[in-house]
Amino acid sequence: MKKIFSHPKSLRNISTHYCSGCGHGIAHRLIAEVVDELGIRERVIGICPVGCAVVAYDYWDFDCSEAAHGRGLAVATAIKRVRPENIVFTYQGDGDLAAIGTNETIHAANRGENLTVIFINNAVYGMTGGQMAPTTLLGQKTATTPEGRTSLMQGWPLKISEMLAMLPGVKYVERASLDSPGGIIKSKKAIKQAFENQINKVGFSLVELLSACPTYWNMPANQSLEWIKNSMIKEFPLGKIK
Amino acid sequence: MKKILMTGNEAIAEGAIQAGCGFYSGYPITPQNELIGYFAKHMPEKGRIFIQAESELAAINMVFGASAAGARAMTSSSSPGISLKQEGISYIAAAELPAVIVNVMRAGPGLGNIWPAQSDYFQATRSGGHGDYHCIVLAPASVQESYDIMFLAFDLADKYRNPVMILSDGILGQMMEPLVVSGELLVASRKNKRPINQLTTHQLTKPWALTGCKGRKPNIAKSFYLKEGDLEKFNLRLQGKYKNIQDKETRYEGLFLEDAKIIVVAYGTMARIAKSVVNKLREQGKKIGLIRPVTLWPFPKKIFQRLAVSDKLLVFLVIEMSYGQMLEDVQLAVNGKAPVEFLGRSGGGVPTEEEIIKKLQAISFKL
Repeated sequence: MKKIFSHPKSLRNISTHYCSGCGHGIAHRLIAEVVDELGIRERVIGICPVGCAVVAYDYWDFDCSEAAHGRGLAVATAIKRVRPENIVFTYQGDGDLAAIGTNETIHAANRGENLTVIFINNAVYGMTGGQMAPTTLLGQKTATTPEGRTSLMQGWPLKISEMLAMLPGVKYVERASLDSPGGIIKSKKAIKQAFENQINKVGFSLVELLSACPTYWNMPANQSLEWIKNSMIKEFPLGKIK
Repeated sequence: MKKILMTGNEAIAEGAIQAGCGFYSGYPITPQNELIGYFAKHMPEKGRIFIQAESELAAINMVFGASAAGARAMTSSSSPGISLKQEGISYIAAAELPAVIVNVMRAGPGLGNIWPAQSDYFQATRSGGHGDYHCIVLAPASVQESYDIMFLAFDLADKYRNPVMILSDGILGQMMEPLVVSGELLVASRKNKRPINQLTTHQLTKPWALTGCKGRKPNIAKSFYLKEGDLEKFNLRLQGKYKNIQDKETRYEGLFLEDAKIIVVAYGTMARIAKSVVNKLREQGKKIGLIRPVTLWPFPKKIFQRLAVSDKLLVFLVIEMSYGQMLEDVQLAVNGKAPVEFLGRSGGGVPTEEEIIKKLQAISFKL
């Protein structure tokens, strides 16, 4: 009988530390499946973030580097320049990519580095206890916006993917969502495109994934998926941005 | 072998390129701009990588990445920029990545000014970032040594998988002197001598480097140890490495030490001025000597410990372009067994030969 489904080789067969309903596990697996399907496990180098996914290198079964908070794309830039035949990607949360690391993000994109970026947007800082992220929605309650985010005090949710899409060095930007089986299939397609672009030397490619954080959204996992659908997607519309 | 006229900053860059530096990233800041300019011009023509980074933070984290990927990697800056790099240096030390960081020191604190100083000694030798770590710190005192010391810097970085910091200063970086470019190693041990340009990125065997996991288990470059006890175990191993470096890698230049009654202690530019005073006074028959530490960390304690208890020695005089930073290392080494005097200026002022002689006269009077 033909085997049509198995555990990805690029993902170690161990349980993760993620909370129930968290999107990281799904995103890790999608990346592992894409790496397997493209046959690049022995060429890929992943840059793991600071945040909940800090030990992603314990879950992926390929070469990885840590990066200080926000500096993923500086580290990735250098690795790719030193080893252009390797496939280098960063995995970064919203605080990492769009707050503390905004400078590194914009300039790596503007240099048109041939890199793949997987950007996890869950509208909150997870690891440190649910503080406001640059992508926190207006009205959303967090540990540092106990009455809800207001544009007057904290400004608006930062649409960094749209900002990056304006740069000539950026070749591909897509936003997808991990809220449903359909969304996960589209997410995987986008991730695959972003990796294929690097293999084909197209240039800087970024996929933003809307991802649930039930623990710091203070709601059960099923409601979190509804919240992505009903609230997050309104602020962060899905589809190909560039 | 050819003799050329060069600034100290250019000599550092030329030395690094000759020593096989495969990756440089930096951000402009005075007084080290000749360095970044030299790399921009000469790295691409040799097939090496040069990136002008968007910030000092990006530059040092690019060095982290390039080193993790196996290249001999370096960055340079001057005092305020080096402060910005400290987080990255801590990560590099903790991930045990070889790297070279050049600090062409200027006067601080704050934005300070662009005049030379030696007031980043504490930051360089005490681990300027967070955590218990050390950079190996090397202090050249001439344009020639600025060139030569880069071979040693990359060798030590690779040997110990540890960041190495070069402490230069605004005078040394800007002044021009004749330089013999030959690969002749004046500071490094003779064993390490090798034909130049042999050590390029891909010839180095670094089994820990990130190259893609073909035919081996995945490599991870990281500094994170969450499980109880793991970090302490790792830190103890780091401490063992530092002890080993302290035992094997201290370097200094000594002048007229055996019969000296007064020993002047100075490094870098300050040592040049001090040496000229020592030589002049020796010609007049004064029993004066000089210790010039070349490694500021590890500090060459032993020579101080030995001389402090000798019958001939009466006093050490530490001279710095700071208000007394290396002074503390001398005091720790001497441990109260001999008097330690100090002369220092900072903020752009440099102790002159006249000031040093005046200070020596005052000390002699006291004696």
